[in-house]
Amino acid sequence: MPESKHCQNKRGSSISIILILKTISKMEILNIEGAEDTPKIILDRTNGIFEISGRSLPEDSAEFYKPVLEWLKSYSGKSNDSTDFVFKLEYFNTASSKLILDVLSSLESIGGTTIQWYHHEDDEDMQEAGQEFSELVEIPFEFKTY
Amino acid sequence: MRFIYDLHQSMITHNVILIYEGDFTQETTKSILTMAERNLESSGEESGIKKRIFNVMVEALQNIVKHSDEVEQQDKSKSHAAIFLIGNEQSRYSIMSGNPVRKENIPTLKTALERINSLDKDGLKELYKEIIKNTTLSEKGGAGLGFVDMARKSGEKLEWDFVDVSDELSFFCLKVNIARIKEAVALA
Repeated sequence: MPESKHCQNKRGSSISIILILKTISKMEILNIEGAEDTPKIILDRTNGIFEISGRSLPEDSAEFYKPVLEWLKSYSGKSNDSTDFVFKLEYFNTASSKLILDVLSSLESIGGTTIQWYHHEDDEDMQEAGQEFSELVEIPFEFKTY
Repeated sequence: MRFIYDLHQSMITHNVILIYEGDFTQETTKSILTMAERNLESSGEESGIKKRIFNVMVEALQNIVKHSDEVEQQDKSKSHAAIFLIGNEQSRYSIMSGNPVRKENIPTLKTALERINSLDKDGLKELYKEIIKNTTLSEKGGAGLGFVDMARKSGEKLEWDFVDVSDELSFFCLKVNIARIKEAVALA
């Protein structure tokens, strides 16, 4: 019966994944590993780390950013005194830009938020993109190079 | 077998450095991007230009994935077959795409492209901000910003055409140029 044993193992591991996810949500950490078409995301209230970095060109940007928007929704009721939100993007597509604006709009209602917009020192387009976002929302932006 | 040679010659004549023909998905998009990035990396192209090429490529490829209309083949099977090309001329790169569109979708496309081509740099920036503020993502996940973004990254007018295919379909051809030497006009 090797096949059924294999199935059982599979089910066992998915249960443990659910348990890990539950534990993570209790600690209020959202941690998404980056990939070639999706950014790395860490949202950690306890340690005050809020960062989206890398490349963002997912097939379905709304679906990809959904957990981020949900996390921010729950964070907004019990936010830290100050929230330094870091965007360190190398590239994002237009569908992601709409979702980035949604993330920024959610942050607008969270007091003490500052956006730290990083761009590579020779990437003027990324700097300009940050400036445009800063004109669309009422949050202070700090521009930094890496 | 003559067509192999002809295709090869045609690519050289038109300075085409990459062609992909077939079905387009997010996976093929990623593969094409990786391949083109490697090509550009070894060409020693300036990083700002490389990024703009990457940018336009993503929008063009994702446009095909999201908007290419299905075509029924002779055997009644459905296909999303489209084409994507990169040209490398002395003074500029060209990102080109072609995909079937239903004729009823042409007027909307034309209006959008004509509007974009009528705008200058600041006009495009304003249009971008207007769309991003007011748009909701379409069912297909598009923000309606792809052409605007391509025009902004290109700095030139978008070149486009619709080639008649059948009563129902046309083939939408798009060419986006990216000048080799950044701000060449400003420096002259």
